[in-house]
Amino acid sequence: MHRKIIDIWVGLFVLLGAAAVLFLALQAGNMSSLSFAETYAVTGKFDNIGGLKPQAPVKSAGVVVGRVGDISFDDKTYQAMVRLDLDPNYKFPKDSSLKILTAGLLGEQYIGIEPGGDTKNLVDGDRINRTQSATVLEDLINQFIYSKAADGKESSK
Amino acid sequence: MILRFLESAGATVRESIESLGFATRAFFNLLRFAPGAFRRPALISEQIHFIGNYSLVITIVSGLFVGLVLGLQFYVNLIQFGAEDKLGSLVALSLIRELGPVVTALLFAGRAGTSLTAEIGLMKAGEQLSAMEMMAVNPVQRVLAPRFWGGVIAMPVLAAVFSAVGIMGSYLVAVKMLSLDEGAFWSQMQAGVDVNRDVVSSVIKSFVFGIAVTFTAVFQGYHVKPTPADVARATTRTVVIASLLVLGLDFVMTALMFTQ
Repeated sequence: MHRKIIDIWVGLFVLLGAAAVLFLALQAGNMSSLSFAETYAVTGKFDNIGGLKPQAPVKSAGVVVGRVGDISFDDKTYQAMVRLDLDPNYKFPKDSSLKILTAGLLGEQYIGIEPGGDTKNLVDGDRINRTQSATVLEDLINQFIYSKAADGKESSK
Repeated sequence: MILRFLESAGATVRESIESLGFATRAFFNLLRFAPGAFRRPALISEQIHFIGNYSLVITIVSGLFVGLVLGLQFYVNLIQFGAEDKLGSLVALSLIRELGPVVTALLFAGRAGTSLTAEIGLMKAGEQLSAMEMMAVNPVQRVLAPRFWGGVIAMPVLAAVFSAVGIMGSYLVAVKMLSLDEGAFWSQMQAGVDVNRDVVSSVIKSFVFGIAVTFTAVFQGYHVKPTPADVARATTRTVVIASLLVLGLDFVMTALMFTQ
């Protein structure tokens, strides 16, 4: 009898722990790296991926439609090869374009996919050719300085 | 004079290495007999009750207060940058990654560790362990192993409860008291906490801490000199050694798990 009561309390204790872990996993965390849902892979080549990391979201119109998978370097064309794992519920035309954008001012970088107008859709293993690299702050500053210098030359003519 | 000092320094080092080796051998000895303890699951379940259930109150209350304080401190500082929406994410990550396992382990060492050491030490002082050996009952398997499993099973449960209650405590402070937006609180938290990286690492950490603290407690109790004075000293040793072990292991595991 005494043993039974102890077993009940221990069972409740372990259940409480399992409930706490479930709460942490479901309510406090996201399961993005645990989902085993089916995806189809599409690759894109970029001149500069900036701060893009694996598991970064792929968004279209602001909605997450996939995640960044592998990022590798192609030493024949000296470009970065990014593999995107897209949700099979969403189909994109074959001439869609990819851009690397930043969430907020200093936030994480993600890939924006913009649909094109092709009648045929992307399938697993396709390559997207229209890509725009990440904006690098130094290049922006250089551009600004050159344009200021060009303005100065024009006005002194 | 100097020779004597060098001699004692050398002896201290030799003794420390010797006791480290002794403790390691005792650990493997315990592991060897540990699976046999499952032949009497009633013993293990009883120990989980004494070690885990009786530590629940202190864990929940501490978790609540740590969560309340974290919520307040982060809010006061984040509001200066207009970044108070990030509060949920910061509190959850602090608790799940670090404070949950570590603070729970320190409290566990203080509460359950000392009681284990005292219990086993008094059994040794009262010659109960020698009596068991006379009856050809292995005291390591009968007494130490169930308590070891009790601690190892109870620790992850307690750490998870601590983190969960802490998050709820910070919710109370941030959303109810300081009028933070509830949706922003939870959605930023879900965006910031990754189950694979954070929650699983937390469980692994608390499991390792459970092994470290429970083994220290059980070892100190078993190898005590059979006098009441030394039992008291052993309980202090348990808390000090277990706390230092936990903090050291935490650094090692954080470096392994959270650096790129």
